[in-house]
Amino acid sequence: MKALFSEIRGAVVSTLVFAVVLCGFYPVAVWGVSQLAFKHKADGSLIVDKDGTVRGSSLLGQAFTGEKYFHSRPSAAGVNGYDGASSSGSNLGPTSQKLNDAIKDRIAAYRSVEGLNDKDAVPADAVTASGSGLDPHISVKNAELQAGRIAKARNLSVEKVKELIAASTSKPDLGILGDASVNVLELNLALDAAK
Amino acid sequence: MHSTDWLQFALFIGLLALITKPLGIYLTQVLDVNGKTWLDPAIGPLERLTYALMGLDRRKEQDWKQYTLAMLLFSLVGIVFTYLILRYQHLLPLNPQNLPGLSDHLAFNTAVSFTTNTNWQSYGGESTMSYFSQMVGLTIHNFTSAAVGISIAAALVRGIARASATTLGNFWVDLVRTTYYLLLPICFVFALFLVSQGIVQNFKSYDTAKLVEPQAVQVAKMDASNQPLVDAAGKPVMEDKIVSEQTIVQGPMASQIAIKMLGTNGGGYVNANAAHPFENPTPLSNFVQMLSIFAIGSALTYYLGRMVKNQGHGWAVWAAMMLLFVGGVLVCAHFEAAGNPIHQALGVATADGNMEGKEVRFGIFNSSLFATITTAASCGAVNSMHDSFTAIGGLVPLFMIEMGEVVIGGVGAGLYGMLVFVVLAVFIAGLMVGRTPEYLGKKIQAYDVKMAMLSLLVLCMSILGFTAWACVSDWGLAGLNNAGPHGFSEILYAYSSATGNNGSAFAGLTANPANGDPHYNVTLGLAMLIGRFLMIVPIMALAGSLVKKKVSPPSAGTFPVSGATFTLLLIGTVVLIGALNFLPALALGPIVEHFLTAGGKLF
Repeated sequence: MKALFSEIRGAVVSTLVFAVVLCGFYPVAVWGVSQLAFKHKADGSLIVDKDGTVRGSSLLGQAFTGEKYFHSRPSAAGVNGYDGASSSGSNLGPTSQKLNDAIKDRIAAYRSVEGLNDKDAVPADAVTASGSGLDPHISVKNAELQAGRIAKARNLSVEKVKELIAASTSKPDLGILGDASVNVLELNLALDAAK
Repeated sequence: MHSTDWLQFALFIGLLALITKPLGIYLTQVLDVNGKTWLDPAIGPLERLTYALMGLDRRKEQDWKQYTLAMLLFSLVGIVFTYLILRYQHLLPLNPQNLPGLSDHLAFNTAVSFTTNTNWQSYGGESTMSYFSQMVGLTIHNFTSAAVGISIAAALVRGIARASATTLGNFWVDLVRTTYYLLLPICFVFALFLVSQGIVQNFKSYDTAKLVEPQAVQVAKMDASNQPLVDAAGKPVMEDKIVSEQTIVQGPMASQIAIKMLGTNGGGYVNANAAHPFENPTPLSNFVQMLSIFAIGSALTYYLGRMVKNQGHGWAVWAAMMLLFVGGVLVCAHFEAAGNPIHQALGVATADGNMEGKEVRFGIFNSSLFATITTAASCGAVNSMHDSFTAIGGLVPLFMIEMGEVVIGGVGAGLYGMLVFVVLAVFIAGLMVGRTPEYLGKKIQAYDVKMAMLSLLVLCMSILGFTAWACVSDWGLAGLNNAGPHGFSEILYAYSSATGNNGSAFAGLTANPANGDPHYNVTLGLAMLIGRFLMIVPIMALAGSLVKKKVSPPSAGTFPVSGATFTLLLIGTVVLIGALNFLPALALGPIVEHFLTAGGKLF
């Protein structure tokens, strides 16, 4: 009985000590160092305009639908998509009628907006929802297919738009990790600044 | 697979092989009560203070029953601790979003989930958990459940390595030393690296961004009691609305995500887990996170070899794990890259593969690789939505879990799970040549094989039993997001994940429905308890039996437990037992779905 009691004491005391060390000291120490060394990133990589208004985070996608902007991927985050408070994928499987219908509609819309033919293949990322619903990126191919529309709507040359795409493109890390990707929010802000 | 995919894959396996030995040697120092590490000057005083507060004599060793009892008591206290925090988070500090306390069944499910190293999440983190709940109620288990797993593995290895003895070490010493010397220092450095990549670490409330392009949307109109209004035809009434703001989630994420990966916990800070750009911002952060999931599990095979003084055995086990892993990755990546023929017939570019539920920065290969790693290990973090994988692409993670997560596996849990298969492999080899089976000079007898089989059959019973129950119940079907065989796969995956203490999901399944039905939360919670503790107890009994045995010197008839023959026999045992248990269920889910996809059938 005495042995059992001492084991229970061990369990309770160790839990409390761990709570202080692992849940108090540890996160606060990480917070302290990262606020000193990487303050911008530790606070969410926020994009703030001249008058101090937060316009977004360069890591989080926003919805864009107007003809003057590059369009983000479809999103299943929240009811309207790109809801930062409820990140989510669609979680629809390969034989889902609902997913099939959504992709069919998005393909038709994409072809019509970007001036493609009925037989032209559409980039997969342009018509599928991402895992987080907050994917900040689109593929390079998808961005290039949208360049003509943007150039026309903004009276810019296609070359100029492609330059801006290149400037917002992340190459794979270390040359091989991951896929090249175009940050839509940064690209659209660069477009607004270029006019 | 593209050439860069092969390069990444080779880089991953190469780096993992490189860290296995040094980290394994470090583990031998951490898991030795008298071990010396270079962190002694910094951490030694904290370690001794902890023992003093606990009133612990660190030199006193425990037999298998005392060791197991201590582990069970510690886990019980942990469950109660977290349950209370979650129930009453509205009364506790650090809750800037004023989130309410959790329901009893959700708090039970979550407390069990984190204590058992599962990190199944029936909730979305950003809309449910206060900073205090995340940082204290959940993070404590991310450390301690990992340390418990490593401790149990160490006890089993001692049972194999020692001869004619009774004790297996001291649970409290293993727990404290693993936490302080192994997990904490690595996580501190790892967390800072993650912040440098863009993961947030702060205590401010959520930010609100003014959108660059406000969006006109149609939303369902609500009546005075916040219920959707319907018109005469029963359709919801819609109204136009302008969305001009976006919430930006904040909080102490990096510190939690470091241990979530290193300790193979997998519980996300936010709902989308490692697919969310704040949890996993860059391909580099993704790569290092994947490496950290496997790091300790891989090093433990070296620890095994070192402790039993047969390094070839350690590497043979590692090789078996790696071969199974490579096979899984190649199958998964192949089918994800091939994409969905139904969608391709509509006009999706065939070269792009299946991008539903995947992030552009990771692409097909890093999503497939991550999915295989997270289920081979019992991590359960996801950087893409497994529910939206192709049928066979989704079968790979599911089968990885059902094989018992012994391909590297969860920290500690992977090794003790694999050692059960080693005992069985040796037993089968013994039967084939008609000799009493021996493992490293110890006779494997009826009691040992019974305990080994018990730990496996318990898992099978929990997965298939609960799945069958849910499939024929209204509450089970109500949670589905997909119809047809894919709906069955969602249920099968849920109970496989819970029982296997993995925590990933075919996440369309709603386990915490708005109507408050508790069935999923309670049954998944029970599956997690069964998968953790009813597996550990027979394994500890096995350790207690092995430690007493005498070692007989090797002879010409001894079956060698290193080399290619043993590796292949071990792989065969793992695959065969997994397939025998689960092939019929898999045939009803992903396998039939694969053929239906090829035929263009929709549900």
